[in-house]
Parts: sequence; C-alpha cells; structure tokens
Amino acid sequence: MVEWTEQERTIITSIFSSLDYEDIGPKALSRCLIVYPWTQRYFGAFGNLYNAEAIKTNPNIAAHGVKVLHGLDRAVKNMDNIKATYAELSVLHSEKLHVDPDNFKLLSDCLTIVIAAKMGSGFTPEIQATWQKFLAVVVSALGRQYH
Amino acid sequence: MTTLTAKDKDAVRAFWAKVSGKSEDIGKQSLARMLAVYPQTKTYFSHWKDQSPDGAPARKHGITVMNGVADAVSKIDNLTAGLLDLSELHAFTLRVDPANFKILAHNMLVVMAIMFPIEFTPEVHVAMDKFLASLALALAEKYR
Repeated sequence: MVEWTEQERTIITSIFSSLDYEDIGPKALSRCLIVYPWTQRYFGAFGNLYNAEAIKTNPNIAAHGVKVLHGLDRAVKNMDNIKATYAELSVLHSEKLHVDPDNFKLLSDCLTIVIAAKMGSGFTPEIQATWQKFLAVVVSALGRQYH
Repeated sequence: MTTLTAKDKDAVRAFWAKVSGKSEDIGKQSLARMLAVYPQTKTYFSHWKDQSPDGAPARKHGITVMNGVADAVSKIDNLTAGLLDLSELHAFTLRVDPANFKILAHNMLVVMAIMFPIEFTPEVHVAMDKFLASLALALAEKYR
C-alpha cells in the first residue's frame, strides 16, 4: 500500500482545489497529442488533428481533456486506495479503449509540464516530487487490470 | 536515431536564443529537481560531501551540464560527431546509465515550462524533447 505523509496529502488536495479544469485539461491533452503524435491513434473520431493549431482548437479534444482531468478527482478523494478505486477504469482502458498503458505516462508528463507552467516557481522541487508520486500511483493503478 | 528536421533545429535554436541568458539557472534548477524528485540519481554523487539539491556541488554541476547542452545546440547538425569526447567520458569514466539522461531531460523541460510559460509552447516542447533525446543518444554512442 502507498504511504502518504500529511504534507503530501495537503499538497495534492491543495493543487486540485485551485485547479482550473477547463484550462488545464485541454492544455494537457492537446500537448500530449502534439508532443507524442502517436497518441492520436486513440482519437480517430475526434475530427481535425492535422497540425498543432487544429489540435489546440479542437473542441472535442478540449472537452475530453476536461473529462480526463476530472477522472483524477476520484484518486484525490481516495488516496489510500487508488488501486481499488481505479480497477473499473483500468478494465475500461484495457478492454474497451485498448490504450497502451505506456501512454498514461506520456499524458502524465504533459500534465506535469502544464501544471508547472501554471504554478511557476510555486511548483517547487518538493511539490514536483509529491505530484509525480501521485501521478505514478494513478498510472500504475490504471495499468493494473491489463492482461 | 531521432532525426531532427530543419523545422526542429530552427525551433531549438530560436528557443535557445531566447533562454540562453538563463542557462545557469535552468541548469541549477534542473539538477536540483532531478536529485529531489528522483533520489536514485544521487547514487552518482556519493563523492559529494553535500548531496542536497540546492547545495553548492549540485548548483555547480547543474551549470556544467547546461553548458554541455548549450554546446550541443551549436553542434545540432551533427551531434554524434560533436559530442564524441563527452560520450567517451560518460561511457568509460562516468558510466551513467543512459536511462538517467531521460530523467534529467524531463526536469529540464519542467524548468523551461516554469521559467518560460509563454514561449514553451507545445511546438517548442516537442522540438526540445526530440533534441534532448538526440543529445542523449549521442552521449550513449560510445557505451557499447
């Protein structure tokens, strides 16, 4: 089981309580599709992804970015049991969406960079360590039910 | 080998021109974050009396590493040839596991996003990511 200190819990809940989902979600997902273009394979039905501009202004991608970011809410509320919390989502990503679990890390890295840009120097090395620990646990839980 | 297109190289050179004045800061912060967020990387610095992310040895080393990156930008048209000596150093003397190049690169990107939130667009991000990956490959050239 993953151990969290009080400080780590505070850092994570604090970041999420002031998070602008409508801003960060779209930015993180579109950055992922631009920086790692092979991730576009999962978004064939989303419309025009031909270039960076198209991706950045695609409303389907924006909406999906918000949805994915809200998906993290459950982990924030259940930090002591992220693995069980995401069992169903893991099955969904494996059986229905067929997402290569390596891609979770790619999106997670882009989310880190978008949050870093937003928080500026407030995203200290200590906060970065906690944030990345949290995302690593989420990523691991999402990949858990693949077989 | 990651092929850097002309567009990639232009993007890297243009962004570097904007940020090179802060190169030392970028270097210090990148290394500090690497040591703080990925504590396993401290194993390479057991010879430092002070291994803390913001200690003097870490700050000095961050500058050294970033000077190497700056040099690589100027040799972007042939990284393998340009970084030959550095590759031999890393292969035979330092023997840093190449997986760590990716870790340090990630932290450089995070610092660039923090220091240059407007300029570090997704387009610049992908070019810098590709460049740092190519740099890492060139550094690992002499390993085996």
